Parts: sequence; structure tokens; C-alpha cells
Amino acid sequence: MTYPADLRDLVSMLQILDRSDRIQMLIDIAGRFREVPEDIARRPYSDQHKVPACESEAYVWAERGDDADTFTFHFAVDNPQGISAKAMAVILGEHLSGRPVTEVASVSGDLVYDVFGRELSMGKSMGLMGMVSMVTQSAKNHLAETRLAETSNGS
Amino acid sequence: MTDIDGRGYARPDTLVSTDWVARHLDDPSVRLVESNEDPLVYPSGHIPGAVEVDWTRDLNDPLRRDYLDHEGFEALTRRIGITPDTTVVFYGDKNNWWACYAYWVFHLFGHDNARIMDGGRLKWQQEGRELSREVPTYEPTQYQAPQRDDSIIRAFRDHVLSHVDAGLPLIDVRSPEEFSGERMHMPDYPNEGALRGGHIPGAHNVPWGRAVADDGTFKTADELRAIYENEKGLSSDDDVVVYCRIGERSSHTWFVLTRLLGYPQVRNYDGSWTEWGNLVGVPIEK
Repeated sequence: MTYPADLRDLVSMLQILDRSDRIQMLIDIAGRFREVPEDIARRPYSDQHKVPACESEAYVWAERGDDADTFTFHFAVDNPQGISAKAMAVILGEHLSGRPVTEVASVSGDLVYDVFGRELSMGKSMGLMGMVSMVTQSAKNHLAETRLAETSNGS
Repeated sequence: MTDIDGRGYARPDTLVSTDWVARHLDDPSVRLVESNEDPLVYPSGHIPGAVEVDWTRDLNDPLRRDYLDHEGFEALTRRIGITPDTTVVFYGDKNNWWACYAYWVFHLFGHDNARIMDGGRLKWQQEGRELSREVPTYEPTQYQAPQRDDSIIRAFRDHVLSHVDAGLPLIDVRSPEEFSGERMHMPDYPNEGALRGGHIPGAHNVPWGRAVADDGTFKTADELRAIYENEKGLSSDDDVVVYCRIGERSSHTWFVLTRLLGYPQVRNYDGSWTEWGNLVGVPIEK
């Protein structure tokens, strides 16, 4: 797994817990969920930010950081029962916000299984992977734009 | 939404309201069972006294693609402390997808004394009713279950092939994008478990959620008939096969057709698209 160091630590901790302790930890993490601030987005949220295939109606925003090579990630989850989606949002927000885009871009959808285990339905896995994908895609797009700009400047 | 008895259902006794559940929280003849897709939901709080039946760990064989066997079902019933006389009330997330799936699996073992809580967990929660994190334990019972009977309400691929050849009706309850084959998987991720997209020839597409009203309860019988009969041409004497991707969403539609509309001959094809979309040589429509 290729994760930034503190995300790797979290994943390692989750993987040594038994199922009920892991679930309890994830519920506690979900309890820290805070919806996207109003200065970033207001309801009704644009479909542009909606996670494809996520039945919990999750949304993702990538706010460019002061440092041009970082983002702060914000989330909304329009389903009061979307506890896994909220836990995923907190993990992505806390561990990938402010990280270099190269690190963010390298995180794979396997993070979902590393965090939640394999006992997820396909639909749930797809939705959570969609959240990871929206975040990493922001970083990948930024990297591609940067490379394009560098190429243009160099030519 | 009107009271359950006023909605014109064929079997109104198979649904209970949140009020009914609240009145029976301490009734020893009733066992509440929460079944969810999201594994974090039950541990985060559930109706007091409710046990969890998890679709992966409790209802499926861990090795073969099949449901639990007779011994497994008896072990499950002992764990949750029910007998054949216990009224089991299922409820859960996703407008009772998984609750209907558990209801259907229990029915394979002849446990007919079962209900669905109308509106599911979300309605209970939105009404501000009590949730508890305490996981209850019940005195183990000695449930003598019959062998699982797959012959009445479950369809296998050979049945479905014959069904297609005979031109009998099928209901595909997946999303229109899945039905058309437009969406099999998300970009950059492994496919959704099928090598081909599309649907079984002749199937009508009625996404499962069309049976659900805005407040999460089931639509009235008239509203349901408008969808399945007026719009799709089904008739209550039809032999119907329902399917989705693995048989969970179609359990919801199976419940609607058999319990709410009273269709006597509906089978759930739980192999569904993850089997059909991978079978060599079977016909597919897009």
C-alpha cells in the first residue's frame, strides 16, 4: 500500500483490531464528520461534485491550498445512515488534506478494503472507492495541468 | 402515507408500522432483526432489543456461492433466540433492501411468521425514536428448521433460460444504466463482477426504488399496480422472475409483488447479473 505516513499508521492500526473494535473506531471517526463549509459550497450541491456510484449521496470538493501543490478536501454526505461514507470522508479529509499532490495521487481505491475490510457489498465498495477516486483525481488533474504548463513553457 | 391496512395490499399482515414496533418492544413473541448494507449502522445504534443479521456473515455460505444451509439456519435462529412461533420483524437501511433479502432467505426455510417494518430504519430514526448501542443476548432456542426449499421462490439459471425461451416475464430491478449496459463499472476500477453489460432478453426494467414512496414507506397497492401492471403489463397470474446484480435489490421487488400485490408465482434469481453477465453463450439484450 502506498499511503502518506500518518494514513499508513491509521490503516495499520485498523488492521490489527478485531472486527468489533475496528467498527467502533470507524464509528468514532465518523462522529468527527463536518459538512463542507458554506463558503465552499451551499445546497443544493452541484452534481459536478457528486461521487458517482455512491448511494449515500456523497459530494467532494478540492480547495486549492496556499501552497500550490496541496488541496484541502471537503465533503458532504446527504444520507443520515451513510456512516461509512462519513468515516471515509473524515479519513480522506484528515489524512490527505495538505499533503503533496503526488502523495494524494498515489493513493488507490484499495484504501477502502484496508480500512473497512472485505465484508462490504459491491455497491458499498463502489461508492466508497468513488470517494477515494474523486479525491485522487483532483490531484492527478493538478499534476497533469502542471506538466502541461511546464511543457508549454519549455517549448 | 395512509395506514398500512388502508393501502389495499394483498397481505397487509406482512408489514408493520414503526408505531406497532414501538408498542411491541418488550413483547417476547416478537424479535426485531436489523439487516443493513452498511456494517457500521447497527453498531452505531439500533432499535432497543434488536439483533443484527448480517447478509455476508449470517446469510451466505462463506465458501460456496449459496445461502446458509439447514444447520447454519438453525444455528442462526438459536443465536438470535427465535422459534418457529416468533414473529420476526425485519428492518434496515436502504429502504429495507437488506431486510427484504433476509426476509426472503428466512422464507427459504419456511419461516413465514415474519414482517417488514414499513419505512425501515430511517423512518424510525426520523421520528426521533430511541436507538440503543446495547447488543442484546437472548436465551438460545432449539429451532427445528426444515431443509431449505429452493423450489418455490428461488430461480436458478436453467429456470431462467427456460423462462426466457417461454417468453415469460422478467423484472430487472437495477438502474436504467445497468439495464442498458451503459454502466458496468466505474472508470479506473475493476468491473462490477460481470464481463458483459445489458439485461436478460425480454426483461422489463423497474428499478426497485420505484416501489417506495417519498417518506420511505411502500407505495399503495394502486400505485404499485400502476407501475407493474398498467405500465409494464404484468398480471397477478403471471409466472415472474425478478433479478438484479446479486439478488438483494430484487428481494425487495419480490416482497412487493408477492406480499403487497399478492402474486403467487414470483421467483428471485439471486445469481442475477453477476452470474448471467458472465455465463458463456447465454442471450443478452442491450
